[in-house]
Order: sequence, then structure tokens, then C-alpha cells
Amino acid sequence: MPSYSAPLKDYQFLINHFLELDKYSEIEGFAAARDLVEPLLTESAKMCEELLFPLNTVGDKQGLKYENGKVITPAGFKEAYNAYVEGGWPTLTWPEEFGGQGMPEFLNMPMLEMVCSSNLSFGLTPGLTHGAIHALLLHATDELKKIYLPKMISGKWSGVMCLTEPVAGTDLGLLKTRAEPNADGSYSITGNKIFISAGEQDQTENIIHLVLARLPGAPKGSKGISLFVCPKVLVNADGSLGERNAFSCAGIEHKMGIHASPTCVMNYDGATGWLVGQPHRGLPAMFTMMNTARLYVGVQGLGVAEAAYQNALAYTKERLQGRALTGPKFPDKAADPITVHPDVRRMLYTMKGFTEGARALALWVAREVDIAHRSPDAKVREAADDFVQLVTPILKSALTDGGFETASTAMQCFGGYGYIEEYGASQYLRDARIAMIYEGTNGVQAMDLVGRKLPFDTGRYLSRFFHPVDTFIAENRNDPAMAEFTKPLKAHVKYLQQATMWIGTMGFVNPNHAGAGAVEYQKMFSLVLFAFIWAKQAKLALALKDSDPEFYESKLATARFYFAKTLPGTISLLASITAGADTVMAEGL
Amino acid sequence: MTEIKQVAVLGSGVMGSGIACVLANAGIPVLLLDLPAKEGPRNAMAEGAIEKQLKGGAPGFAHKKFAKLVTPGNFEDDLAKLGECDWIVEVVVEKLAVKHDVYKKISAVRKKGSIVSSNTSTIPLHELLQGMPEDLAQDFIITHFFNPPRFMRLLEVVPSPQFDAGRFKEFCDFADRKLGKGVVLTKDTPGFLANRIGVYWMTAGLIDAMKLGITIEEADAVMGKPLGFPKTGLFGLYDLIGIDLMPLIAQEMLNTLPPNDAFRELYQLPDLVKKMIAEGYTGRKGKGGFTRMAKDANGKKTKESLDLKTGEYRPEKKAKLESVDAAKLGLAALFSHPDIGGKYAAAVMLKTLHYAASLIPEISDDIYSVDQAMVMGYAWKYGPFQMIDKLAAQGKSGTEIFAGALQQAGMSVPPIIAKSLGKKLYDKDSGVRTQFSIGGKYEAVPIPDGSLMLDDLKVAGKKPVKKNASAQVWDLGDGVACLELTSKQNTWDPENLKMVAEMPEFVRSNFRALVIGTDADHFSFGANIGYFLLACNTASWWAISDMVKQGQNAFMGLKYAPFPVVSSLSGMALGGGCELQLHVDAVQAHIESYPGLVEVGIGVIPGWGGCKEYLLRHIAAGEAAQKAIAAGKRPEHLIGGGPMPAISKAFEYISMAKVAGSAAEAQEMLILNDTSCISMNRRRVLADAKILALELAHNYAPPEQRTIRLPGESGFVALKLAVDNFRKSGKATPHDETVSLALARVLTGGDTDITQEVTEQQLLDLEHEMFMELCKTNETRDRIAAMLNTSKPLRN
Repeated sequence: MPSYSAPLKDYQFLINHFLELDKYSEIEGFAAARDLVEPLLTESAKMCEELLFPLNTVGDKQGLKYENGKVITPAGFKEAYNAYVEGGWPTLTWPEEFGGQGMPEFLNMPMLEMVCSSNLSFGLTPGLTHGAIHALLLHATDELKKIYLPKMISGKWSGVMCLTEPVAGTDLGLLKTRAEPNADGSYSITGNKIFISAGEQDQTENIIHLVLARLPGAPKGSKGISLFVCPKVLVNADGSLGERNAFSCAGIEHKMGIHASPTCVMNYDGATGWLVGQPHRGLPAMFTMMNTARLYVGVQGLGVAEAAYQNALAYTKERLQGRALTGPKFPDKAADPITVHPDVRRMLYTMKGFTEGARALALWVAREVDIAHRSPDAKVREAADDFVQLVTPILKSALTDGGFETASTAMQCFGGYGYIEEYGASQYLRDARIAMIYEGTNGVQAMDLVGRKLPFDTGRYLSRFFHPVDTFIAENRNDPAMAEFTKPLKAHVKYLQQATMWIGTMGFVNPNHAGAGAVEYQKMFSLVLFAFIWAKQAKLALALKDSDPEFYESKLATARFYFAKTLPGTISLLASITAGADTVMAEGL
Repeated sequence: MTEIKQVAVLGSGVMGSGIACVLANAGIPVLLLDLPAKEGPRNAMAEGAIEKQLKGGAPGFAHKKFAKLVTPGNFEDDLAKLGECDWIVEVVVEKLAVKHDVYKKISAVRKKGSIVSSNTSTIPLHELLQGMPEDLAQDFIITHFFNPPRFMRLLEVVPSPQFDAGRFKEFCDFADRKLGKGVVLTKDTPGFLANRIGVYWMTAGLIDAMKLGITIEEADAVMGKPLGFPKTGLFGLYDLIGIDLMPLIAQEMLNTLPPNDAFRELYQLPDLVKKMIAEGYTGRKGKGGFTRMAKDANGKKTKESLDLKTGEYRPEKKAKLESVDAAKLGLAALFSHPDIGGKYAAAVMLKTLHYAASLIPEISDDIYSVDQAMVMGYAWKYGPFQMIDKLAAQGKSGTEIFAGALQQAGMSVPPIIAKSLGKKLYDKDSGVRTQFSIGGKYEAVPIPDGSLMLDDLKVAGKKPVKKNASAQVWDLGDGVACLELTSKQNTWDPENLKMVAEMPEFVRSNFRALVIGTDADHFSFGANIGYFLLACNTASWWAISDMVKQGQNAFMGLKYAPFPVVSSLSGMALGGGCELQLHVDAVQAHIESYPGLVEVGIGVIPGWGGCKEYLLRHIAAGEAAQKAIAAGKRPEHLIGGGPMPAISKAFEYISMAKVAGSAAEAQEMLILNDTSCISMNRRRVLADAKILALELAHNYAPPEQRTIRLPGESGFVALKLAVDNFRKSGKATPHDETVSLALARVLTGGDTDITQEVTEQQLLDLEHEMFMELCKTNETRDRIAAMLNTSKPLRN
């Protein structure tokens, strides 16, 4: 039976030290956040470990039931959701005027990761509501906001995003759902949507659908798509619930993982909806919330990886097989625990290096999201937003790739037992796989990185990463204790610069060169980004060592492992990137 | 033909004085006459006209020294001087009686065999000669220049029937080689070639715009770049030349055009335009035109456009037309686009192309002459027949599609099109460009003797002898190689610098000399600053350092190569493009060449040896001047002895980012050395460069490395004082100061003093060091970004 215990110590370290909050005292909400860290961490850990985690295997085994347009969630999910809402967990970051608590995003991050670690399927419904709230907040009229936001923010109603259609996936320009204007200013929406996560469920009294559709005479392609809000149950003028809207769930998909999260086929048969934002500007409206949405999907990868790693670590410490290559470590036992074997240690350190690096990255980006929204200085806001723009595709793909790889590595640690359902490793592997696909596949993220983020203003976004690294290396150049980190960091930053210059120039000559190396470039970028994070963590660990020797020695050991064993992957990636597109585009498939 | 050594231009208006400039720029003395002033100095009109041609952003004189070649005078006092002139150009008002009067006066005094020509744009030659002395006809030509004469390459010529053919050919050759004109022989028909079609096009553009209800912004957006027309567009052109000019020219045309000419049916002057002219809204020279600059409520300058329906001005509204985007897919896509831009383009161009095609053979026997006239006289990228070829789509020839469109519109299919259905109007045959002739056969497109473009080699089926992603090398024959940059705007990047670095060995083992040239309008815009900015943004200092060293080594390789290197220069050569000019043995420059070390505009200094070479040039010129003075001779360039005057001069030009306004100015600025030469005709620069390279190849010996003495700190302090003053008086920005001081440090030799010898490599290392320092500043990064985004320097 798997177990889970929230990584509170790491969170305390990251929030209290890594985020350097004292540097940003002028930003609203940051100073107050300090006092909230402790209770938030404790309470969310409790909620996740005790309420959500026990339902994880139940959800996976029992799955969902579909009956006559209704979706029935596994036993206990509805009650757990109610408890989650009663605890006020959905409200943390939202504006107070709509019933939120106005906290910075980075304070929400630990809870989100813990939910994903303990029960990914459960977390998807509130996660999607989060995205829908964001879109309404940014683009809906005050009237619509008043009707929907308070109940969605409290969690009483959920929200879902309805984009995909059978022929319109990544290329939303192809979508066909129509919206006809009604006399009263509303619209009638007609069409079919697929892959609608939580499009129907039994946990909330209302489900607010945000639907992309075309107005009559709309321009072809992605410039002719508008965004509409369609509640499952229409809302009366007094705020009470009225008639059932004209749409329904026609079925749910049978999936590899996330068995407790309904993936719905939705039919809209003249459903009543209201325009959100400008006509034909639906896609840009969706994209303004895409960065945070992708950040949360990345955290799903991290969450699953953390749970998988914890279980693998516990198992390998117990499992006795073989003897250490240098001679028995526990001669009194029948065999040594498998943690004596170099390859098992390699797997464990690889997972630890990923999860702790990813956690720091997620928090870092969340802090930049906060700065981009809250700083009084326009230049500071721009710099922070630039950084978020740049790192979003890297984070989404690195954390979801890493989530699946970690789940797979964790399974490997279990040997044959890993392939057997009751040990839990299998569910993590199955659940983690989807995050590499949805919210823009990781290949699409890579195209975003090389096609939009890299060339933007000839590298302005890039400067928000490379200049801080350059400064960090220069600042620590004369610190002998940091040399073991800064020297390889400098060398591998240069490889990344070489790859960047190569794509920047050759991709200009022939875009296929950029496309052929995009995923590798994204991976390479994440390796160097993690290296920067590990160098910073190492610097802090060196300074704080005496306060908690065990924790910080472990940090340093992980940092050293990362630099020695994980980071050198950049070298093969650079070779592959600069090999260009010729072999990729050659005839032969 | 007697050599043309002295010319008279009669009439000192915009065209007359402009033609005088063309002659003076070619080194030919000109007598510029106009009516005597009623009071004050008698030559005031001609004098004022000369004065005017020295001013403005695009002056008529390529260098102020050429103004000295123009002698002002007046018709009364100076008529006798015409007796000394070999060519007399009449540019007086377009009135037959006035012209006849002038010709009679000329005939009385001119020397036997001198050429008399008229710049008339509308009056037929036979009318000009009617009742004139018999011997005038033997010496008479129409020479029709285009405005502004210095920059518009077209010269339409019509010889009188009595003019000796051999002599006429010599005259054309003179206009081509000496004046640099693209000479097009035309028939004696109204408006000749370019204006005949151009006036029709402008009229159709105006009338159709009013008919379709398209806005001025939309019309100009379509009738500009999408069709290969200048970006001023059609209404912009009206405002530029003067709206009142159009009815005058149109009237002249109507007086002389054949009775059934299509222009008669088309032409009408809209009431709105009549009203505008009457009220003085004649364009930029008047109170305003189809657009005007006005102040809004806040006193801010804004551009306004005329509403063609109401006749009222309103704020400019940028055009948004899908058809403009569609034009990227080809002319056919533009013409068939359903939006108003597509409809407008189709309506105007169908008429205009039809008109042009139906005028073969009335105005010209060959289509190429017509196309050339529009390209060189109206700055169209493609002439009408080239456009018809460009209509080709989906396997159908341009002529087929054009004929189909004409039939659909109920218009006749002109004979040249009917004969060429399914064929291209322009083709290639055994390496020669050919044109479809009215006789139904393909004939060679004429290329002037002794002219050469790299495109000629491509047409001839030649392949580069060496090539990479952004440069290639051609074999020009006779042992001369030509390096051509193929990057966007011919910017320098690691790839083409690598090619330059390979030249010493490659040329040495395969050729006798190297020419560096291009067919593009501009030689090079310098380093690829996008590459630099990406490197700066990613803190890839190694990449910048590598590229600085790579450029230094590549250019040093050219300088000391064991064979001569000649640059074939034309148009802009900025930054690194100019640095190259400083490293070659000689530059063969088109008169319209604009080199300059403009690096400070993006917050850096010349880093590929530009500072060093420019300093050496000035030091050498100073030494020569001292020698000349000692020998009692007049020095070529007035520069004092010792390093400081040379340093100051180089510092001034580089820190001000001065760009030469012509090859003549570039000579004065020492960007061109004494071995360099000027070509007047763009089409001849490369051929002339090849000849120069071969001359230099005889007993060629590369230059020797030299060391110089520089003042170091003491000189730096002197320049710093000057910079401080600029800064205090507000003429220099904070970053200007930083950049200027970096430049001062390089030019004064860094940590040296006057007793030490500084090597070239030491100066290169200093350039590198200072360049790197500047690149690491945020201000330089902002300057580069601004230049890329706005094409304008940022003053931070």
C-alpha cells in the first residue's frame, strides 16, 4: 500500500529562503504571506494526507459511472469535495471582492502540489474551475462576474473549459461550434465538444462551461472564434437556480489513467450562453490565462513524481537483495537493502534532483506571476511577465515529462512489484502520462518556445533568464566553495547559448531547423534552468548548513549529483539540435 | 562627335537646375541661364536655383564642390557664351512659342555642330522643329529627364530624323557612361513612354478611387508595395508632384494624343480636385493635398487624410486590407481578392496594363523599353509587361490570364498579347534574356556594352564557384573572382565572414584578383545586429567576442592578401559594410554611394578594424599633406601634422556617425582612398571594378604592416574635454558620452604614449576590448533593440 507525507520541510526552505521574499517587501501581500506559511502548510498537508490520499486508489479502481447523461464519481469523492470547499481551499488566491482571500500565487502552490500528489483525479475539477475563474475575471462583464464568480470561487459551482472538437485539437482554428445571437443579448450555442474534463459530475450543483464557438459571418480560422459562458443550470435574476440549460453529456471516455476524472463528450443543442470579451477574440482571451493553466499542469507532473519517489525511496530502503559491490553492508541480514547498489542510488538521486528542482521552479515562477501582477513598478512587472512567458512552456513540459519519467523510474525501483497494481507505482505511471499531452502537448510547448518565446524582440524574454545566471556566476566567481557548481554551470550555460544562437540564426534561414530541434532545446533549457536552481539551492545550503545539517547536507548531495550526473545531458542534446532538420525531413517514412 | 566639354542649361527651374547638377556631378562645366531679374542682381534666378540644389535631404549636387562648376547667368547678358557650349539643353516653360523663340536665339549664337536638346515632356519633336532653321534639325534631340534628375535614372531620348545615327549613338553612350543615365530611345509620340503610361495610371487611380469609395489610406496601401510601386502610393505621388500639375499635363496630352486614344475616354477632372486646386490645396507645396499635417486638440502634430466623399480632412486611419496580405502570394491573388483593395487594384491595373499593351508598337517597338521607362522613370519595381508575366498562376501564362480578364471586362485584347497567348513575354534563350517582339519572335534584351550585373551571370546559367548560407563567389572571367553577400540586406554574419576569411587562400590559388559586389540597391547594412542582440540578450559574450575577432581576422586577411581586392560599391555601406571599404585596395564606387561608420548609433564602435584603418587613413593623409606643403605643393587633404589632428578628424566622423552623401563626399571623408574610382552608371560599377582590379593585379604587392605613435592618456584627456562640452551643452546623451569615450580610448592608443610604437594588432585588441565593454551595457542593448524595432537610433 502506498503512502504519502507532504514535503513540508522543503517548502519551508524554499519559501523562507529560496524565494528571497525580503527583497520584495514593497509588493502587496508578500510581507503578510510570511505568517501564513506555517498554518497553510500544516493544514493543507493534513487535508491532503488524511482526506484526499486515502481516496486515490479507490478512485482508480472504482472509476466513474455514466448513466443517462449523468456522471457518478467514486465513493467518497463528493464528500471529500464538500470538505475541500468548506475548508475554503478554492478561495486562496482570488480577489476579496468576489469572496477570495487575495493571497499570492506562490502560497497556493504547496497545496496544489499536495493535492496532485495525493489524488490527481480529484484535483482536476477544482483545477479547471481555477482556469475558468481566471478567464471570467479577465474578460467577462461586471454583470457576468457578479453572477458567476462568487459561487465559482467558493467552489459551490465548478467551471470547465470547452475547446476541443473532434477535428479541432491543437488547431482550434478548425472548430465548428456555432453561436447565434438571441434577441435578449444572449446566444444559442450548437455543436459538439470532446475531451471536456469534468464537463459533467455530481459534486457541484452547477457547472459553468466556457465554450469556444463561431459567430455568424465570423472570419475563418483562429481569428473568428469567440468565448461564451454557458451554465449547466441557468441562473435566475435573483441568483437562484432556474432551468436546465440545453446541453448534455453524451458519454465519458475510458482512459489509461486519472480514472476518477470524467472526460466528457458534450453536446450543445441551442444552449444559452453569454459572450465573454470581444467578438472573435476568444482565443486571445483564453491565452491570457494559459500561462497559469500550464503552470498548474506542470505541477501535476511534480505532484505525481513526489508521491512516486516517496514510495520508491521507502521501498528500496526496506527491500533486501544482493550485496554491495564493495562487500556486505549489513552482514547480519540476509542481504543488503538495495539502496547500496549504485544504480538504485542513481535512480533515487535522479528523482530527488527532479522533484526538489521542479518544486523550486514552480514556486519561483509563481512568485514571478505575483510580481507581474502586483509590483508597483511597470518595468519590474514587465521583466517578471517576460520571465513567466519564457519559462511557461519549459516548465509545463519539463515537469510533466519529469513526472512520467519519475513515475517510471519509481516503478523500476520496485522491480516486479512495481508492475502490480496494489503497490501503487502503476497508478502513478498511468496518471502522470496525460499531463504531457493536454493543455498543449509538450511538442506544442516546444514550438511555442522556439517559435514565439525565443525570437520575441530578438531575445528579450531570454534575457530574463540568461542575465540573472550570468550575474550569479560573476557574483560567485571568487567563492571557492561554490566553484564546484559555478564552473559547470558556466560551461553548460554556454552550451545552451550555443544552441540558442544556432536556432536563432539557422531557424531564421529555415524554420524546419528550429522545429526539428525544438523538443531537444526545451529539454536542454530545462536542464540548465534546473542547474541554476540547484546552484542557488547549494549556495543557500552552504550558508544554512549548521541550522539543520541533515537537511542541508542532503540538499548539497543532491545538487552535486545533479551537476555530475543529470546536467551533462545538455551535451548530447546540443549535438542533436545542431544536427538540424535535414535527416528529419528526409524521405523515408 | 566632338567631346562634350561645356554645356548650357536654359531654364533654372527644378528640372533645369537639376539637370545642371547631373552634369556638374559628372565634372562637366555648366552655364545655367534664366530670365534676368527685374531688379537686384541680374542672375538672381539661376543663382537662387543653384543655392537650392545644395540644400535639403536629397540635394541635387553630389558634393558641394560641384556647385562651382555651374556658372549662373541670364538670357540677355550671357547669350553669347552659348557659342562655347557643345550641348545646349532647353528646359524652359512648356509653351511652343516660347521654345521657338529660345531656339531662334540659340541658333544665332551657337557653334556649328553643337547639340541642342529639349527637355519637353509633352510637345512632339516635329512641332518643336517646325519653322526652325534647317541646321537646327541636324543637331536636335529631345532629352527628357525625370524628377529629381540626380536620382531618377531614366533619360528618354528622341533624335530628330536628320540627326546622324553614329553621332546619336555616341551621345547616348555619353549619357550612359558619363551621366549615368538609363537611356531609352522612344518614338516621337505624346508623353513619350513613361509619362504616357504614368499619367494614364494616375488618372485611372484617382477616378477609380472615387468611383469605388476606397479611402486614400487604403488606395495607397494597395497602390504601393503590393504592386511593386514606391511606398508613397498613388495619392502620395499626387501630393508630391503637385495636384495642379496633373490637369496641365493632361491638357497637353489631350492636345496631341491620337483621336481614338483611350486616355481621352478616361480623363476627367473630378469636381473635388478642381475645387482643391482653386483653393490652393495642391499638395505638399500648397496648403495640403490628399493628406496634410495638422495639429490636434492637444497641439500634437497628426496626419490627416482627405475624405474623397465629403472633401473634408479627417485623422489618418491606417488601412487594414486582407488583399494587401494576399498580394504576397502574387499579383493574381491580389487582383482576384474580393475586398475593396483587390477590386481597386484590379480595376486600375487592368486598364493601365491594357493601355500599355495597346500602345505597342505605337510608342515603342519593344516591350522592354516600356518596362525600363516605368522602372527607371517611375521607380516601379516591375514594368507593365513584367507585371503581365507575373499574373501567371495555376499553370496558365500571365498573358492568358490577362487576356481572359480583358475579355471578361469587355475589353479588346491588344495584338502583342494576342500573339503571345500561352507564352511568357520575357524568357531566356541560351543564356540570354529575351523579350517577345511584336513580330511574334523572341529577341535579345539589349544590355549596354561594358556593363555587368551578377544577375547576367545567373541568366547565362553560370553557377557560383563557392557558396555557403550567406555568401557566394562568382567567376567574372579574366582571373577575377567576385564575392557576393546573400544574407538579408547583405548584413555580415558568422557565415559570410567565414567566407571572407577563406578568400586569401581560395583566390590566391584560383584567381588573380577579387571584387566584392552585389546587385542589391545597397552594398551592406553592416553587421547582422539581430545576431548581436540575441547574443547580448542571452549574455553570449563569447559569441560577440568570437564575431569581433572573426571580422578583424577576415578583414585583415583581405588587406594583406597577395592579390588586389576591389570593392564594387553602390548605395548604403554602413558600419561593417563601411569597414570593408577601408580594408580593400580600392573602391570602385557608384556616384550614389553612401558609406559611413555609424556604429555609435547602436551604442558600439567599429570593431572590425574600422577605427584602426580610419585612423591610419587620416594619419597617412596628414603625412602626405606635410610632405606636399614642404615641397611647396597644395595638399590633397588638409590635415595637420602629428597624430592629434588625424585622431580628431577620425573621432569626429565616427562619433557623429557621419554617412557620406555620395561617392564624392566619401572621397573627401577618406573612406575612399586615392586609388578608388567613381562610376556614374549603376550598371557599370561591377565591370569597372573588374577592370580596376585587373589593373592593380599587374605586379601587385600587398601593403606593409605599419606601426604608429599615439598620444595615449594625454590625447584621451583632450578628447574627453570635447565630449564633456558636448554633454554639458546637451548635444550628447549620457550613453553618447560612454560610447565616445570608448572610441577616444581606441583612437588615442589606450595605455601608450607618444614615445612608443603601437602595432595594428594592439589597436585591434583595443577595439575588441572596448566593443565588448559597450555590448555589456543595458543602454547599448536598448539601442540595438530600438534600431531593430524602429529602424531609428535611440538617443539614450
